[in-house]
Amino acid sequence: MFIRRDIDLYSVDALLTDEQRMVRDTTRAWVRDRVMPSIEDWAWHERFPTELIAEMGDLDLLGAPYSDFDLPGLDSIGYGLINQELERADSGIRSFVSVQTSLVMYPILQWGSEEQKKRWILELGKGRAIGCFALTEPDFGSNPGGMRTRARRDGKDWILNGEKMWITNGGIADIAVVWARTDDGVRAFLVEKGAKGFSTVDQTGKYSLRVSVTSQLVFEDCRVPASALLPGTSGLKNALACLNQARYGIAWGALGSAMATFEAALDYAGARVQFGGKPIAAHQMVQEKLAWMFDEIIKGQLLAFRMAQLKDQKKLRHEAVSMAKRNNVRVARECARLAREIHGANGIVNEYPIMRHMMNLETVNTYEGTHDIHTLVLGAFLTGYPAFEPPGSS
Amino acid sequence: MNCIVCVTSVPDTASVIKIGADGNQIDEGGIKWILSPHDEYALEEALKITEAQGGEVTVVTYGPARAEAVLRDCLARGAHQAVHVIGGEETLGDSFKIAQTLAAILKDREYGLILVGVQSVGTDNSQVGQMLAELLDLPHVAGITSLEVGEGTLNASREVEGGKEIYESPLPALLTCQKGLNEPRYAALKGIMAAKRKPVEKIEPSDIGIDEGAGAAYRLRSLSLPPEKGEGTLLQGEDDPAGAAGNLVKLLREEAKAI
Ligand SMILES: Cc1cc2nc3c(=O)[nH]c(=O)nc-3n(C[C@H](O)[C@H](O)[C@H](O)COP(=O)(O)OP(=O)(O)OC[C@H]3O[C@@H](n4cnc5c(N)ncnc54)[C@H](O)[C@@H]3O)c2cc1C
Repeated sequence: MFIRRDIDLYSVDALLTDEQRMVRDTTRAWVRDRVMPSIEDWAWHERFPTELIAEMGDLDLLGAPYSDFDLPGLDSIGYGLINQELERADSGIRSFVSVQTSLVMYPILQWGSEEQKKRWILELGKGRAIGCFALTEPDFGSNPGGMRTRARRDGKDWILNGEKMWITNGGIADIAVVWARTDDGVRAFLVEKGAKGFSTVDQTGKYSLRVSVTSQLVFEDCRVPASALLPGTSGLKNALACLNQARYGIAWGALGSAMATFEAALDYAGARVQFGGKPIAAHQMVQEKLAWMFDEIIKGQLLAFRMAQLKDQKKLRHEAVSMAKRNNVRVARECARLAREIHGANGIVNEYPIMRHMMNLETVNTYEGTHDIHTLVLGAFLTGYPAFEPPGSS
Repeated sequence: MNCIVCVTSVPDTASVIKIGADGNQIDEGGIKWILSPHDEYALEEALKITEAQGGEVTVVTYGPARAEAVLRDCLARGAHQAVHVIGGEETLGDSFKIAQTLAAILKDREYGLILVGVQSVGTDNSQVGQMLAELLDLPHVAGITSLEVGEGTLNASREVEGGKEIYESPLPALLTCQKGLNEPRYAALKGIMAAKRKPVEKIEPSDIGIDEGAGAAYRLRSLSLPPEKGEGTLLQGEDDPAGAAGNLVKLLREEAKAI
């Protein structure tokens, strides 16, 4: 699924159905025409192109894996391919779609009331409304179970107090899925933009995911009606289930980024001449880097395909998703570094996409469970000893 | 009003073309086939017309089995049905044979407009549309960049050197379309899923009285790639810039004949 078809050594392309191929190509064509011409400019000016949201809606890129409310009902490979093609361009663009789809539409479809679904799903799917997912807090990232945000009942209403941090789309969202502690455990609330006592502050100065809005959300005696509660939510496990959906997309998306930096490096190595009148591609050390990237990308793809099959068969364990997120993001991060080395000084300027990808992947490595947290997930799966709490703590 | 759009599957314009072993065909290995870009304008126009006025869009291709993918692409963008005449490997580039085959398919169909791309990328002969119009005895305008369809007539314009020609024509008619006419849409994902369920009629050339091997109007003898660019000439000017500049002017005048 490289752009260069002559290097499809494992005939990965042949694993796709015609529809899946068309889904990939349509997304790729849209990205080529609408995202790539301006992406460096947006990144430089720290700007998310809100004008593209409606186009994404028209293309059915939002909520693509679901079939309720006349959504496209893509299979898992098709959905994976969307993520791959979007992140081939930029992790920020892919993040927007991940959040809208897996972290906002998914919980509403899973645990929302009929009214909530009717009110929001179509709007979110068409890109007429924007959503965000608020779990992380200033003091609780990897350990969201410790969250302080509280919702307490007041008559029929709920009163929310607390602070959420690092929330993608926060400042531009029409609707926030807010996770808060209640007397019955952690539950989710749909808080609309403009609700009294709810405010947002955008995070500035990011070197990573610059083509994405990241915000702090503040709730000060924010009163919401009983109908704001997602009635089916009953614990942190619901939030984790959302993250599991999003991680699935990230595992595919990261490969898109890896392919982008790898193919750029392959082209560059073939064109850049140093020593002996030969391109740097002729040097063994450069070849070793290219071979590593190529090898890891193909392995990551095969992992993603198997993950998709298991997902469609409803046999996908969350540990398997952790493994793919962890592996494929690591591969992408390493590919960006190797591609940067191969590009020499050119690797640091925005004439080439490398540095932008490299910086983005620092976020991708951290959000949705850091690399190390997924190591612990696998460790617990293998040994039966969860090691999240430091040794000796009780 | 029903519209017919004739489309071709061509190598992706980003493909690296290699010549096959027999020397008169391209090596198809590793090529990605796409809807010919000019055909996208024809399809888009047909979709716009039927969306505004009702009617259906039928896409037709004459090409090998792989060409079905471009029909699916058209169906995904909104065409209602497709017709696939399976063949065309031997007649590639033979505009007249292609036009005859398309005419054989279309002569008994009901339509108000036939839209085709101004040319297909790759062979670039710019002939099939006009030949097809003549075979079907239809008025035609080639290379249009704007179109308005009214009751029984149409107005179309095309760019000419330094100006614009405006045509009025009765319907039915045939138009060949090019860049500037519209902005082709992308296939939405729902359209892609729906395309699976739309009908593609498969036809063998012999079913419509076409013998692909007979009466070729055109034969491709051989293909060759453009010559490799030679090494450039580098003039060293560090020690004697004025001398180097003189040499450059001399070379531009005498060798390159550029000035
Ligand atoms: C751009 C961006 C967008 C984001 N978008 C969202 C969003 O939309 N919604 C949302 O809710 N959150 C979002 N996040 C937050 C993200 O999910 C958190 O940053 C992430 O969970 C890590 O939390 P933290 O930053 O507090 O790091 P910490 O949890 O403080 O971790 C710091 C370091 O300690 C390590 N560590 C922590 N615990 C352990 C342990 N038990 N064992 C070993 N090592 C450990 C981590 O691996 C990490 O290396 C976003 C973050 C970024 C940067």
